[in-house]
Amino acid sequence: MNDEFRYLLNRAARGTLDRRAFMGRAAALGVAGASASTLLSSAVLAQGPRQGGTLVMGMQGGESTNSLDPALAASQVPYVYGYCAGETMLGLDPAGNLTPKLAEEWDASADAQTWRFKIRSGVEFHNGQTLTAEDVAQTLRRHSNEDSQSGALGIMRGISSIAVDGQYVVLQTSTPNADLPYLLADYHLLIQPNGGMDDPASGIMSGPYKWVENEPGVRHVLEKFENHWDSGVGHFNAIEILVINDATARNSALQSGQVQLINRVEPRVAGLLARAPGVHVESTAGRGHYVFIMHCNTAPFDNNDLRMALKYAINREDMVERILRGYGSVGNDMPINSAYPLFDDAIPQRTYDPDQARFYFERSGHSGPIDLRTSEVAFPGAIDAAQLFQESAAAAGIELNIIREPGDGYWSEVWNAKPFCASYWGGRPVQDQMYSTAYLSTADWNDTRFFNERFDSLLIEARGELDLARRKALYSEMGLIVRDEGGLIAPMFNDFIDAHNDQIAGWVANPAAELMAGQAPIMMWSAA
Amino acid sequence: MHPVLKLVIQRLALGLLLLIAASVLIFVGTQILPGDVAQAVLGQNATPEALANMRAQMGLDQPASSRYFQWLFNALHGDLGTALSNGRDIATAIGGRLKNTLFLASVAAAISVPTAIFLGLLAVRYRDRWPDKLISAVTLTSISLPEFLLGYVIMYVFSVQLGWFPSVSNINSGMSLWQKLNAVALPAMVLTLVVLAHMMRMTRAAILNVMQSAYIETAELKGLRRFTIIARHAMPNALAPIVNVVMINLAYLVVGVVVIEVVFVYPGMGQYLVDHVSKRDVPVVQACGLIFATVYIGLNLLADIISILSNPRLRHPK
Repeated sequence: MNDEFRYLLNRAARGTLDRRAFMGRAAALGVAGASASTLLSSAVLAQGPRQGGTLVMGMQGGESTNSLDPALAASQVPYVYGYCAGETMLGLDPAGNLTPKLAEEWDASADAQTWRFKIRSGVEFHNGQTLTAEDVAQTLRRHSNEDSQSGALGIMRGISSIAVDGQYVVLQTSTPNADLPYLLADYHLLIQPNGGMDDPASGIMSGPYKWVENEPGVRHVLEKFENHWDSGVGHFNAIEILVINDATARNSALQSGQVQLINRVEPRVAGLLARAPGVHVESTAGRGHYVFIMHCNTAPFDNNDLRMALKYAINREDMVERILRGYGSVGNDMPINSAYPLFDDAIPQRTYDPDQARFYFERSGHSGPIDLRTSEVAFPGAIDAAQLFQESAAAAGIELNIIREPGDGYWSEVWNAKPFCASYWGGRPVQDQMYSTAYLSTADWNDTRFFNERFDSLLIEARGELDLARRKALYSEMGLIVRDEGGLIAPMFNDFIDAHNDQIAGWVANPAAELMAGQAPIMMWSAA
Repeated sequence: MHPVLKLVIQRLALGLLLLIAASVLIFVGTQILPGDVAQAVLGQNATPEALANMRAQMGLDQPASSRYFQWLFNALHGDLGTALSNGRDIATAIGGRLKNTLFLASVAAAISVPTAIFLGLLAVRYRDRWPDKLISAVTLTSISLPEFLLGYVIMYVFSVQLGWFPSVSNINSGMSLWQKLNAVALPAMVLTLVVLAHMMRMTRAAILNVMQSAYIETAELKGLRRFTIIARHAMPNALAPIVNVVMINLAYLVVGVVVIEVVFVYPGMGQYLVDHVSKRDVPVVQACGLIFATVYIGLNLLADIISILSNPRLRHPK
């Protein structure tokens, strides 16, 4: 790289030379287009965030039924616009560490049952009101109330009292919970004036962007909130989210430059899309996984030999290759992978073994076909995955009978109701939350009907354990119990695949969820 | 009473009866959908407590018949209720969506109806020669392709490759008419291709039917130009079937374009309806159903009345 090129690169990165002119002069200096473009984007990244511009996103996961009430957020668009307009007490950085947001600092009593959170002062809501500890407490109370219909109700249940002490919010939990702060980073728990008790869907919160237009299922427009406390976020002047539920339409919109950022790129087109000029496909290994679940209390799945036979009869590598097109990693029949803190990577990986499968199947004494229910909504490629499973199981002498269920009503009629079906899990920030949500005997969503006393007591013990090495050992044992006795067949962990063009910069992958865990619009900046 | 007037009144009464029957069907249909509103609204994140609360709040426990009459009564007064899923007023929400749907439908109709009829006339003029065969081949090909494929191909060519028109047809009230027309160019193009063939073929067939008549021969012997004969003499007598087909296609443009709306991200009625069906938002589904039924029945009624009026034997009874 000669000096003149370096000079040009600097000017272009600072924005004093426009992109087109830069590319032209770079070509004149003999730097090929593609490498000039790459150099420019890294120079832009090094330059730090630039202010201004409008971000236009094309997103899947918006419906005309969406509400601005954070308690009701359940799909991707409300998830992302929630983080534009509102803020939680705590955030999670890409490494999975807690970061202060509206709570500046926090500490726990030695028994991990009393937690104190110091609420940041000088934070203003979009309506000019100043945030108080009372607003935070009211928000938590609203979400703990059975009437709130909040998606966070389940995680709030462990909190027995919510009190305000000056600048502090003090929470008591009924049992020790070392992970409580992680739960408060949940995307439903955006702090609202008076906790949203007056008007939950007003959209008035304390985030870096405030509402301009809200047409559910069509388009959402937000503009920068000038009095936001944190200058590290909110670099665009405005955010426009277009709801584009059709995958091909999303790709075209990105390629034609109508939008700069899209979510949910299909694995089968990700490679093609990455070849389009100026498009970057971002694949992030996450905690979400695609599963086949058996009810451990229902015949024939109440026999662990049969469950083991099925676990040995699935070809995980093949599924990652064919269903995820390589955008993912193999699962190990437990809901935890290396993206979680305190993961024990010494647990051996289970692989496809028709002989073992045949051995366990014969020992189970079961004969005849086994019904497996699947649907296109269970996860992308669920029908193909069931067919691959059928083939690999047939090689071990196990006959699977695939029943294709309609997508409509799958989550109410089949999942968590029928004994063997395909499903998916989105992952949780910490192991405790994942296990408490679906593997504890008393969990609402114990979708494998897994009742194991040893497991339950380990989970409770780990929850109150503040010594990390000890916790890791407990989690490791729990993982092994689920892997060897549970009803979960987890063939693969899927990556999140998003894409943006080179008009925006600042992408940092976050394994928690897609679009930098919903932070992309407030963390990225304009590079054009 | 003039027999035409009587016929028209009969038709109108029949249309009204049909509409009431449709409203009963819509109501019954939404009652037998599997699943339950509360479950669908809360999705996979629902907890049993939240579910129970939501069901009680929505009054899903009252008998269906009383709910039907209450609903019909309110609907006749323009009150379509509020959406269960997000608490918005349905009439306001549908108003905007319906306007968008009608806008796209009128643009597509303004292009497709004259084009189809003109191509039909042209096909008759050059019957069994290359223009006729070319027109038939092109229109039949476009109707045979699935709409979404046609949409993707057109999007790829005109938006991604050439960059002439936007691939996302998002319109909003802040746009000028010209901007809106530019935004809907691609979906209107696809819809035109989809409805063209049906109307063109019917025009061609209906006119060919009357071309055998003696008065056409007379017109030919008078020395009129062939195209004048077709347009001025044959066409008026072939109007009834053509109008019928045109109306069916217009109704289709209003009620049947959900695939195109999804592909081009157009904020119309279809997408609105589908979103609410998947959330079991019964009041919205019923309201959309009622509006679609009204449009369908209304346009077909109009077609009937036009064909009655276009029949000289009915207009001038002995």
